[in-house]
Amino acid sequence: MQLFADNPILNTVTKLVAVVVIMFSFVFVVMVPLYNVLCDALGINGKTSGERYEAVQIQVDESREITVQFIAMNNEGMPWEFAPSRTMMRVHPGAVNDTVFMARNPLSRDMVAQAIPSVSPARAAEYFHKTECFCFNQQPLGGEQSTEMPLQFIVDQGLPRDIKTITLSYTMFDITEMAEETAATAVASR
Amino acid sequence: MGDHHHGPAKGLKRWLFATNHKDIGTMYLWFSFAMFLVGGAFAMIIRAELFQPGMQLIKPEFFNQMTTMHGLIMVFGAIMPSFVGLANWMIPMMIGAPDMALPRMNNWSFWILPPAFLLLLSTMFMDGGGPAFGWTFYAPLSTTYAPPSVTFFIFGVHVLGLSSIMGSINIVATVMNLRAPGMTYMKMPLFVWTWFITAYLLIAVMPVLAGAVTMMLMDIHFGTSFFSAAGGGDPVLFQHVFWFFGHPEVYIIILPAFGVVSQIIPTFARKRLFGYDSMVYATASIAFLSFIVWAHHMYTVGMPIAGELFFMYATMLIAVPTGVKVFNWITTMWQGAMTFETPMLFCIGFVVLFTIGGFTGLMLAIAPSDFQYHDSYFVVAHFHYVMVAGAVFSMTAAVYYWLPKWCGKMYNEAMGKTHFWISFVGFNLTFFPQHFVGLAGMPRRIPDYALQFADFNMMSSIGAFIYGSSQILFLYNVIATIVAGKPVSENKVWEGAEGLEWTVATPAPYHTFAVPPQVR
Amino acid sequence: MLLKARKLFWLALGPVMLLLSGLGSPAWAEGDKVNRLYQVNMEPGVTEVGAEIYDLHMLIFWVCVVIGIAVFGVMFYSIYAHRKSRGVTPATFHESTKVEVLWTVVPFLILLVMAVPATSTLIDVYDTEDAELDILVTGYQWKWKYEYLDENGENVVFFSNLRTPQEEIYNTDKKNEFYLLEVDEPMVIPVDTKVRFLITAYDVIHSWWVPELAVKKDAIPGFINETWTQVTKTGVYRGQCAELCGKDHGFMPVVVNVVSKEEYVSWLAGKQAQAAEIAALMEQNFTMDELVARGKAVYDRSCLACHGANGEGGVGNAIAGSAIATGATNGHLDSVVNGVAGSAMQAFGGQLNDVDMAAVLTYQRNAFGNNMGDLIQPIDVYNFKQGQ
Repeated sequence: MQLFADNPILNTVTKLVAVVVIMFSFVFVVMVPLYNVLCDALGINGKTSGERYEAVQIQVDESREITVQFIAMNNEGMPWEFAPSRTMMRVHPGAVNDTVFMARNPLSRDMVAQAIPSVSPARAAEYFHKTECFCFNQQPLGGEQSTEMPLQFIVDQGLPRDIKTITLSYTMFDITEMAEETAATAVASR
Repeated sequence: MGDHHHGPAKGLKRWLFATNHKDIGTMYLWFSFAMFLVGGAFAMIIRAELFQPGMQLIKPEFFNQMTTMHGLIMVFGAIMPSFVGLANWMIPMMIGAPDMALPRMNNWSFWILPPAFLLLLSTMFMDGGGPAFGWTFYAPLSTTYAPPSVTFFIFGVHVLGLSSIMGSINIVATVMNLRAPGMTYMKMPLFVWTWFITAYLLIAVMPVLAGAVTMMLMDIHFGTSFFSAAGGGDPVLFQHVFWFFGHPEVYIIILPAFGVVSQIIPTFARKRLFGYDSMVYATASIAFLSFIVWAHHMYTVGMPIAGELFFMYATMLIAVPTGVKVFNWITTMWQGAMTFETPMLFCIGFVVLFTIGGFTGLMLAIAPSDFQYHDSYFVVAHFHYVMVAGAVFSMTAAVYYWLPKWCGKMYNEAMGKTHFWISFVGFNLTFFPQHFVGLAGMPRRIPDYALQFADFNMMSSIGAFIYGSSQILFLYNVIATIVAGKPVSENKVWEGAEGLEWTVATPAPYHTFAVPPQVR
Repeated sequence: MLLKARKLFWLALGPVMLLLSGLGSPAWAEGDKVNRLYQVNMEPGVTEVGAEIYDLHMLIFWVCVVIGIAVFGVMFYSIYAHRKSRGVTPATFHESTKVEVLWTVVPFLILLVMAVPATSTLIDVYDTEDAELDILVTGYQWKWKYEYLDENGENVVFFSNLRTPQEEIYNTDKKNEFYLLEVDEPMVIPVDTKVRFLITAYDVIHSWWVPELAVKKDAIPGFINETWTQVTKTGVYRGQCAELCGKDHGFMPVVVNVVSKEEYVSWLAGKQAQAAEIAALMEQNFTMDELVARGKAVYDRSCLACHGANGEGGVGNAIAGSAIATGATNGHLDSVVNGVAGSAMQAFGGQLNDVDMAAVLTYQRNAFGNNMGDLIQPIDVYNFKQGQ
């Protein structure tokens, strides 16, 4: 490709500048989304899909029993009391299970939180389906209020045979400021 | 073309508005040496604090700033610009070009560097101190938990990235367009080849680094969450982006060093470089492999086992082309007629110590063993064998080798050899014991350590002071040569030297190859 | 005298001698690794996986040594034999396809051989199934939290802080043999039991490393990692945080105390009883002396690093004469329980139990010249937390 037939140097430079621009955009338009796709597919960091799972025709596999452990944690600066109602459940693959997590905002001001799920072992992540989860949405909670947050999940029958225990952890982040900023921008842009 | 035959402008103007590749090369070389002394001074502070267990001289938070700044200055301020300087001086002369393809851009790419580093260094005097999150600046330590000066750090990284990109574009444009008639690609000296490939690597990955720091900037100031789990991001993503830049960066530093060694060994063996073609192919395959091995820096982050295995196998493969290079250098020496002037001594030192660094690199590539080596002093020892005994030794060799051509005077050989032996002993005393403490369990980047590491650390510190002071001898030797060295007049300063740069007068005139030479 | 001579000898000749004497670890005393001066090699450790990793490490090491001797041998022979001063004429050969193919293929085959044990060891490291005990390890700036997950939700939780006094670090006191590798409360695990570690972090990335257990895994905020160990020998094993995590990265050691299964059961029962005791203490009222004594211990472990041994401040504000520590109790409680947003002051509400919280607040209000004379009882802390 000859863009500047009379000036080969300019020609080279133009192509190289294009490479620079492409590589810079590559970070944002390829690496970031690709990483998220790979995380979902391979369960990197035990990330689970942030989307609601639509249960398809499923059969309960009574022959296997999987232990599911629940862990609730706070990230730095998060004062909420946050805990699972049950720390452990034994479930059959394919069955629909329900549990709740408890949260209490001990401060006098309103807060917004976001729970981030992580599954261990990571390769179990793609077989752990959430049909209902508080982590799909932000959790606003008034000052000194408590709430019960529902979780409904199905362990896929395809779960590799050697996995007998799945740990699901939620880390609660304080996103009050972030949520306020978003709300402010939404109002401003209206 | 008229002004091409003028001499240099007078005074400050000559340097400020320099477009001559030799002047710009000289400025790069002096700037990088100044940065080398600054980064070295930081290393001395680190080693002084680690001389004995207990906190004696500095506070832990300042110690972290020192390790961070030492890494940043050495990688971006000393090693990279020094090789750019060398490229500026030598590439046009080696391919028979009158100058670089883009002389004005050449001026800019140098002159934005000093302000960038002044900015970076000034962060240490800002409120909250300078960057203290390591030269790898992992999020969230470098975002949510960073001192306010991080914004200036990001700006500094942008500027020096821009400088590197402009420098690389210039090198590619020069090599592709300004070769003398008959200088086909497969006739180019190996130093030109390695830089040609390095320049492509830089053009490909410096924008990735710019992307990484831009995402940091957005996370810190514009409410995005690339690296924060709270908003759906992931701190591990930062490491992937960083090392996608960072691993090619390692080869950006070492490939030109390979080029230098491939020029010098044949000269002093008085025998042609063995396996020129395979050297070129090996360089290209190392460059290619550098893009698919980045996550070997991250074996402990908890990757899926398939990923771990892929990166382990790919990393092990790098040993093949690297081995080819070492074998070729040694076969070049085989049945030559060797003499051991200072440049040759530094090159032999390079081959031995770089190979040791390569061996430890192979050990580090093995994922399960890496669980024990990762982030320990074993890693520190490994990369200093590659960076210092690799890049810095070869750069030192290059200065001794081409200095007579540059200034028309011969350096003091006895002093050069003394410099080599002090460096060699000092370097090994510094870094060899670090293998031991690393294997015994000493983590890197700690300002204080348990008692069983004490004596090896003391050795290490003594070695560092020796190696550090040997650089003063180097500086003295170079200045003494320029000011009062014994004049040399032969075009071919070294008996066994080959290449176009040895066909021009000594010292190299301000303008060379205004009329392109014919290469057969 | 003899010791001094020996030390000098090692300093001078250490690196050379150690290589010649082979890479064994010259254990001067059995047991705790702290006694092993001049350790030059990795520990085989006390787990099967650790031994596998050690064997792999030694295999690669010796392969490298053999290749190194061959390559450097040829080079040094050439340096000796093919020098100009011996009057040799240089040869003119400069390529040989046969040789070049050979030294591309042979290293490749050697690598293939290395990859086999490396792969199988990696698979073992990743096999976390069938653990009998799960421990959640959380990295904090700059301490570790251990939580023993219990089927009935009665988790045992405690923090593990550096125990080395500031006087030793700042050289006003003699350093003890476990300098920087000692904690107030080590992790306790039973021997011959597969233990699974779930690893995460509260703030920045940390990395949990115990060399003799051959375990190193990054602790990442928001996400959970897992690894495991099965220790075959009782003892105390020491490690450190391996990922740069800020100012006191060098001061957050890991200590794992491996005990017999019986001892573990009684230790666990003890911890559970202790938790019950804390609950009982909640009901009690303490005297000033009791609170101050307990509070000093808590202060030294949790506050001193930032606020100084005499409350003079450092990373954190001074406590001596501070408006918070000499102001209203609610404000003081708020700062310590909830932390101070936008500063390095963490929320200690989840880190200290109410008894310790009451004690340390009382201590701060009555030490360093802060003569407030008031008491904060555990029940005050409890009420404050409930009533916020």
